[in-house]
Amino acid sequence: MWAILSLLVENKPGILFKVTHLFRARNFNIDSISVGVTENPEHSRMTITTYGDEKQITQIVKQLDKMIDTVEVKQLDEHKTLFRELSIFKIKLSNANDSMEVNKIANAYGGQVHNVKKDSIMVELTATPDQTNAFEELVKPFGIIDVARTGVAALQRSES
Amino acid sequence: MNKMETMIGAKALMTAMEKEGVKQVFGLPGGSNLPMYDEFSRCDIRHILARHEQSASHMADGFGRVSRKPGVCFATSGPGATNILTGIATAQADSSPMIAVTGQVPVAMIGKDAFQESDIIGMANPVVKYAYQPRTAAEIPEVVRKGFYIAETGRPGPVLIDIPKDVQQNEAEMIFPDEFKIQGYNPWTDPDIVAVEKAIDMLLHAQKPVILAGGGTIISSAFAELQSIAETLVLPVVTTFKGKGAFPENHPLCLGSIGMHGRAEANKIMAEADCVLAIGTRFSDRSVGTFETFEKGLKIIHMDVDPAEIGKNQTAQLAVVGDVRVNLRIMVKLLLQKSLKKSDDSPWTKHVRETREYWKENLKIHPGEMGAAKILRKLRELLPKESVVTTEVGQHQMWASLFYDVIQPGTFFSSTGLGTMGWGFPAAIGAKVARPDVPVVDIAGDGSFAMTENSLATAVLEDIPVIVFVLNNATLGMVAQWQRTFYDRRMIGVDQKSCPDYVKLAESYGAQGLRAQSMDELDKAIKTALSSDVATVIDIPIDPEEDVLPFVAPGTSLSDMVLPS
Repeated sequence: MWAILSLLVENKPGILFKVTHLFRARNFNIDSISVGVTENPEHSRMTITTYGDEKQITQIVKQLDKMIDTVEVKQLDEHKTLFRELSIFKIKLSNANDSMEVNKIANAYGGQVHNVKKDSIMVELTATPDQTNAFEELVKPFGIIDVARTGVAALQRSES
Repeated sequence: MNKMETMIGAKALMTAMEKEGVKQVFGLPGGSNLPMYDEFSRCDIRHILARHEQSASHMADGFGRVSRKPGVCFATSGPGATNILTGIATAQADSSPMIAVTGQVPVAMIGKDAFQESDIIGMANPVVKYAYQPRTAAEIPEVVRKGFYIAETGRPGPVLIDIPKDVQQNEAEMIFPDEFKIQGYNPWTDPDIVAVEKAIDMLLHAQKPVILAGGGTIISSAFAELQSIAETLVLPVVTTFKGKGAFPENHPLCLGSIGMHGRAEANKIMAEADCVLAIGTRFSDRSVGTFETFEKGLKIIHMDVDPAEIGKNQTAQLAVVGDVRVNLRIMVKLLLQKSLKKSDDSPWTKHVRETREYWKENLKIHPGEMGAAKILRKLRELLPKESVVTTEVGQHQMWASLFYDVIQPGTFFSSTGLGTMGWGFPAAIGAKVARPDVPVVDIAGDGSFAMTENSLATAVLEDIPVIVFVLNNATLGMVAQWQRTFYDRRMIGVDQKSCPDYVKLAESYGAQGLRAQSMDELDKAIKTALSSDVATVIDIPIDPEEDVLPFVAPGTSLSDMVLPS
């Protein structure tokens, strides 16, 4: 099972190290991680996506909660959460049509095209990981030169 | 309002520690902690010099376990700091309150691979409850206050305070705060009355209920509550090895420790039980064997102060999170209110009693005069019941579990989680500092004692007269036993060839060295040691082929226990 964890942590040096160390030491997996300061400069928010069975996810949440530097740890319900990651693709262009084709696919996924050159094109995409993976499959035949993905940022949606 | 005072960081450290009630520090000086050491000349805190930083940390650990207040150890930067890592990890594995203060290279030198620089904060991270590295002198008072609070509350553990040398030397306006806030740390949970009521109900409806008392029972001193509940509901009590002595081992309801080298009666009854009240235990593999088999057909009521322990190794049907003593007190009260009292004539109670009696009579022990069981029973016979016992790690430790009955709760301590050889002797020194009024004995093996025997210098020079009781089989006995059992008697790297001579070694340190080769000599040696005011080593040569049995092999379950034949 895939899970999105949202951590409010103290905004101090070394916390990211401690969080990632805990995942390694306890044999958990990090699928993606993103960190940024919140509206309160004393706190950062980490969004971690991970895999595991229900028991493992519960353990991860408990172990993270036990950390003194974490103020709040929540597992977010995918269906009640807005979650997105930013990714940048550099894609190869081999013939005249490729540029148009990539543009079409990018448009379909709400992506933005940048840095169009004779041999390559860049696409910026803000999407869920599933959508990003689907986009990647579609552009793979053109030849992917490089990909950079930020990992997921997520917040629970407001009720009503 | 807190008064401000101007002083250097090192003095602020000592002042803050005095405010925490610290009376002594175990440690070793070096280049990066000299400013702190200089302050010993100007304060009332006693310095106890260890001969190795690892020993200093075990001394602090032993002090902490016995006094239930954090023991403090000092080490310098670099190798001093890495040397105490083992002690910190040991304290963390056994939830022992400790404050480790290391010197660090000056702030401007951090990251420059300076002389005796080590990233101890990074190295210690997975084995501390928390770590601080104050970057300015003014932070020190609050760091110390918070450090002690974290170390001794909730599930206790070690806190590292790493102080760069310039931070020790710099002057600042110091505020010693009474109040402080740690946002992400709230060790207090309300008592859970509803869960406790459910627990009583589960125990009353079980056919074969049992209490499993873990180390948390000892840490929270829940001895009276445990005994009251066991007696009211006529529940047999087994313990983990860490929980050994949470319940008097001469009590008719006590079966002793379960586990890899648990007592036969304890393992048998635990394996048969259908419901367990598990108190302050993390269900370690050494205690329960294979996780899947242990929990099969067993309803688990899990009481623990650490919510992360619930469901980690075993699935609990009912969780009671919080200080175990607080929740056990509620259970005692509820039982009293409901005037619930079970009679002791149920088939289960009868079966438990018979099992206990059978194994008390019929467990086969080493036939020789100087077998481990006889030696440890002799020690028990002669030691006052309030004596504190520590152990090293190995065969002697497991023999102590099997054959040394703890009568007064909370008087037995061992490195159970990390299994640190060399722990017992320095820990005994720390324990003796905490309880100078009672005899303190380290039950040791020759292999483990060899690792920290230079603490004899500390025991002699600092006048801390502990007794080291060495079951000397001239081998690394537990490893030898595994080589005999699992490696077809290919004995590699285990023969210590009676080197050194522990009597002469003790004497060379100015301690008393005695050798006991018969029961008469042993009797005399123990009595001599107990009436001496100097540290004593009793060297007891034993059969190198004696195995620790019963034995639950790794990867098997308690019911697969191998018995002596």
